[in-house]
Amino acid sequence: MSRNTLFDKVWELHKVSSLPGGADQIFIGLHLIHEVTSPQAFGALKDKNLKVKFPQRTIATVDHIVPTDNQTRPFKDNLAEQMINTLEKNCVENKIKFFNIGSGNQGIVHVVAPELGLTQPGMTIACGDSHTSTHGAFGSIAFGIGTSQVRDVLASQTIAMNKLKVRQIWCENKLSNGVFAKDLVLYIIQKLGVKAGVGYAYEFAGPAISALSMEERMTICNMSIEGGARCGYINPDEKTFYYIKDKPFSPKNEDWDKAIKWWKSLKSDKNAIYDDVVKIDASNVEPTVTWGITPAQSVGITQKIPSKLEIDPNDRFIAEEAYDYMNFKPGQLIKNTPVDVCFIGSCTNGRISDLRVAAKVVKHSKVAKNVKAFVVPGSEKVAQEAKKEGLDKIFQDAGFQWREPGCSMCLAMNSDKLIGNQISASSSNRNFKGRQGSPNGRTLLMSPAMVAAAAISGKVTDVRDFIKQ
Amino acid sequence: MNSKFSSPSGKFSIVIGKPLALIGDDIDTDRIIPARFLKSVSFDHLGQAVFADDRKNLNGNHPFDLEKNQGASILVVNSNFGCGSSREHAPQALLRWGIRAIIGESFAEIFYGNCIAIGIPCFTLSKELIKNIQNETNQDNCLFEIDIKESTLKYGSVKLNLEIKNSSKQMFLSGEWDATSTLLANINYIEKKFDELPYTKFNKSLN
Repeated sequence: MSRNTLFDKVWELHKVSSLPGGADQIFIGLHLIHEVTSPQAFGALKDKNLKVKFPQRTIATVDHIVPTDNQTRPFKDNLAEQMINTLEKNCVENKIKFFNIGSGNQGIVHVVAPELGLTQPGMTIACGDSHTSTHGAFGSIAFGIGTSQVRDVLASQTIAMNKLKVRQIWCENKLSNGVFAKDLVLYIIQKLGVKAGVGYAYEFAGPAISALSMEERMTICNMSIEGGARCGYINPDEKTFYYIKDKPFSPKNEDWDKAIKWWKSLKSDKNAIYDDVVKIDASNVEPTVTWGITPAQSVGITQKIPSKLEIDPNDRFIAEEAYDYMNFKPGQLIKNTPVDVCFIGSCTNGRISDLRVAAKVVKHSKVAKNVKAFVVPGSEKVAQEAKKEGLDKIFQDAGFQWREPGCSMCLAMNSDKLIGNQISASSSNRNFKGRQGSPNGRTLLMSPAMVAAAAISGKVTDVRDFIKQ
Repeated sequence: MNSKFSSPSGKFSIVIGKPLALIGDDIDTDRIIPARFLKSVSFDHLGQAVFADDRKNLNGNHPFDLEKNQGASILVVNSNFGCGSSREHAPQALLRWGIRAIIGESFAEIFYGNCIAIGIPCFTLSKELIKNIQNETNQDNCLFEIDIKESTLKYGSVKLNLEIKNSSKQMFLSGEWDATSTLLANINYIEKKFDELPYTKFNKSLN
């Protein structure tokens, strides 16, 4: 059993009681809600005649269903309009702070909370969205919950949960030029598989992790869930504190000094005990692209799609399903695969640094013929900053569409969808069958820089060739 | 489907029903319920939409469409079932289709928790035994009986030991799997915890 890790310390601090049967009751310091997984929870609360216990600890925004082309209300899509409407009503009725479209603070919930300074080390954070693990980048313990648990958090600010084990993923050396956090996390998932993390919190550590910016760290923790780990985190350091300082909701004045002192005490101890430790050599990571239908089915850009025999016997069934669905042959190179759609955005890679690196690749170039390319900033703040830096112009000059913030084609709940068996190069997090809105649509996950390079080339290509130029 | 639907409630220790095998590893919640069906403020319409895209692609040959599987209530799955999105719509769709218990090699964590929270007990078995019982579901008139208290599965003359988390088992046996009231019983401790946490004092605008 783990001891003296950040996870252990934060868990103990938030433990309200031990429940019969072995689960713990855990206090949730920050609860984030959005329009898709909250309406039924508010409904259940009403049915039970209960009130929101700590409305000030819940923050709402709208992201999944928002159109990214025309956000004028009412939305063209009646169902989407009904969902935003319900959230607006629930927030007013329950006195919950809501960052609505046009507030300057709306965006994907996992982009918004960190950029406002709501996400802080040592907090427990829950949200009805599996990518809540993102917030672990700050040394918080953050996890996705279902709607029944959203109801529980609204009613009691607590949830019932079995304590997780802790696996440290120690990343040695550094990422080479043209290789990004997205590549590293895809590589880690490829090595460990999509279910190795079940029952675990992942602690990402080591020199390759320390070298990452906060936004890159969010990309890593965001995809913990794709490796099966409901929660992923990184011990806070000076970069963490610097990022949080002076944000609208960060501690101020004497509170800041107290906060820093407390945050520093939360790091995993030098002699902390882990349930498991895995070592990864970050210098081995290439620009990485998925070829299959799970985020673990990926290869380096210079590598071939593995043959059935090269695949672990336990993974062969899903590999065969993947060759068939993707229409790829084992042994084929992923490089030069033609793409139809290029999507830059999502809670994984829709932040300002993602847009900067992609803009650098597309500057003075043109999107290939027959490719639809679009950028969806992660939040209104990201969009505003990008415009200030002229990134929107760079993308538009290259032939990208520049959209309004939202989740967009990561899960295609709005009108941004693949058509038929189109292939997308996508900076998002899931390449599941049908994920991007077409039952036969195909998704190749990669870093935003790689998506940008694919947009220009019209096919999957090695972004390192662009960076050299 | 909606008119006949009633949510599980209270304590229960036995689930009896026709089994249905769904073969495949890493079946994610986007497949169980595609995102477009999440565009609603209720769960009511989800039963018919379960596995919508997979079923469309298989043109009537998906296990959820086969005549012999109609009325089945015990789902038998393989490894890492329910991975991906945290959408509770996935188990809600299964429940509304008629699924009352799931036996699998392994489950994704959030999906597992969602199932328990809405009254679908989930059990695990080894890879080999899962294969065996998936074959068993092809037999005519096959009926499974799950005893939650004993953690056993019985069919014909066969009896197998199932694994279930003790915390989940206790919830079903006590009828307290709807966690809200259990959690609220500790309201004094919750309030005390709120006061004790260092960061609840850091930001006045959130208090």
